[in-house]
Amino acid sequence: MKLLDSDLWEEIFDSLRKNRTRTFLTAFGIFWGVFMLILLMGGGKGLETMLGENFAGAASNSGFMISNTTSEPYKGFRSGRIWHLELDDVARIRNCVPEISVVTPTIQKWGARALANDKSCGVSLTGQYADYSMVDNPKIKHGRALTDADGIQHRKVCVIGKRIAEELFPNLENPCGEFLRIDSINYCIIGVSGKGSGGINIGGNPQTTVYLPYETMRQMYNRGNEVDILALVAKDEYPMSEVQYKVEALLKRVHMIHPKDTQALIKVNTEAIFSMIDSLFTGVSILVWMIGLGTLLAGAIGVSNIMVVTVKERTTEIGIRRAIGATPRDILTMVMSESIVLTLIAGMSGISLAVFILQMVENATHAEFPTAQYQISFGVAIGASLLLTVLGVLAGLAPAIRAMKIKPVDAMREE
Amino acid sequence: MIQLTNIHKTYQGAQPLHVLKGIDLHIGKGEFVAIMGASGSGKSTLLNILGILDDYDEGEYRLDGTLIRNLSETKAADYRNRMIGFIFQSFNLISFKDAMENVALPLFYQGINRRKRNQLAMEYLEKVGLTEWAHHMPNELSGGQKQRVAIARALITQPRIILADEPTGALDSKTSLEVMQLLKKLHEQGMTIIVVTHESGVAYQAEKIVHIKDGQIENVELNDGSKKSPFGVNGVMK
Repeated sequence: MKLLDSDLWEEIFDSLRKNRTRTFLTAFGIFWGVFMLILLMGGGKGLETMLGENFAGAASNSGFMISNTTSEPYKGFRSGRIWHLELDDVARIRNCVPEISVVTPTIQKWGARALANDKSCGVSLTGQYADYSMVDNPKIKHGRALTDADGIQHRKVCVIGKRIAEELFPNLENPCGEFLRIDSINYCIIGVSGKGSGGINIGGNPQTTVYLPYETMRQMYNRGNEVDILALVAKDEYPMSEVQYKVEALLKRVHMIHPKDTQALIKVNTEAIFSMIDSLFTGVSILVWMIGLGTLLAGAIGVSNIMVVTVKERTTEIGIRRAIGATPRDILTMVMSESIVLTLIAGMSGISLAVFILQMVENATHAEFPTAQYQISFGVAIGASLLLTVLGVLAGLAPAIRAMKIKPVDAMREE
Repeated sequence: MIQLTNIHKTYQGAQPLHVLKGIDLHIGKGEFVAIMGASGSGKSTLLNILGILDDYDEGEYRLDGTLIRNLSETKAADYRNRMIGFIFQSFNLISFKDAMENVALPLFYQGINRRKRNQLAMEYLEKVGLTEWAHHMPNELSGGQKQRVAIARALITQPRIILADEPTGALDSKTSLEVMQLLKKLHEQGMTIIVVTHESGVAYQAEKIVHIKDGQIENVELNDGSKKSPFGVNGVMK
């Protein structure tokens, strides 16, 4: 079998090596195509896993309700009325909407300053119950999370975002047990949240938020029955987007708001956001494939084109080879193998460089996103190589057939 | 060795061109024959047919007893490889291969391994006196040297006949003489050689001169030696 003959390979590498410019130009198209395909695929995947990490800990079937001024007059009330969600709404929702598994209120204060020793830092405050962790896990890095007992006993304790810990206690690995002062009140730090700034943030950047027990904050800031945000989680079998309508209807009825008033109650729904992000990534990955395969195909057509020109250029050489005894099959094998070898070498370098760059990106982002995965899998690499072989065959086919038709007489006509 | 009987060849085209109009020719083993004719006389077509590079329409061509007719491309390639050694006017060396590799190339298509090939190539390069130039690329060789590499390449498969198409056409008179002397030496060793030329100085180095005119053999002249000079009948060879 001639294909396994090492001489044939010597012959192929010889003519590739000795026509460097041509080889390089031909190879570059394929190299770039594969490089882009792998890089885009890895990049898309990395972005996806990175965002996934941001959302990790957030219940995917949760929703939030925020009150706003009304926009419709209703039952004797004017439009533009200011109203608030209230603590009683929690019990109402619990009793009337069985599809809801968690309903928990929060109160917010934006634009406070936290002081500790000689340092200060801008923060926002959130008062929550312990069950808020079922809506969005605080990912406690040091210490512990808030508990119901903290609220019941009105303890002045807090969990702080990681940026606050860095800014107020730059020398402390774990600031638990330290105190910070907000609005002249000292709080003991009992925990540090590890949440990043990405993901779904309701009520401010978690890195610069101070989490207080609901009851403590309610008392300190004299909030009475007012609730700023109601957080909801629906049972798995009920999509939040549907359940939220029931909650909305209930709240509007209780607070005398026109059922068609679209402004009075702001609804945020992670289920909708997650499904939007999902379809966004489907879109991105389709786009990646289209661009990548397009570039690769363009590269293959480029190889084919250059091979056709090459065959034309090598008419004399092929004619000579034919005259001294090469069969058409020999010529076919020669052109095809050159094309395949060229495509494979170029493709492999493309894959290698892309893998290298992806690995560097992965290493660079590792600190912040430990589970983000940019690297392509081994299977994808093998698939890409197979694809390259097929492309090499296809690219070599047209020029090889053309080369086969060269008659040895042609060698002598060139004088 | 070569037996041509009533060979006809017409090039089909917008205006069919009847190039060979019945060629009868016999060339025996070990003969040194020159085919002479003006351009357009059909001598190149005849050479192509002799070299199995082209097909003929009518007649019969036997090479060493084998009927050469309607061969498949593969078969034709095999016959060319084993029976015929070509020498071209423009040398036709492969530019990115050195002298030795060029000489060895026909053996590649016989499936002979590299070491054996290169060893044989070196032997043949020695015969044409180019051992020291074995690893030079064609563009580093003079015209005469290139033609000698081509001759070595033609000889390496130990063919039945050597076909030379204007072997001195691109050479000056001194190297032309060297090349012709090399061919004559091969002839003395028993090789059958056919040279196509329009230069009488070259033609009269051969034993037998076949004059072709308008696709037919005008006459076959036996070289009695009277015109055998490097300067030919019509003055200087070049």
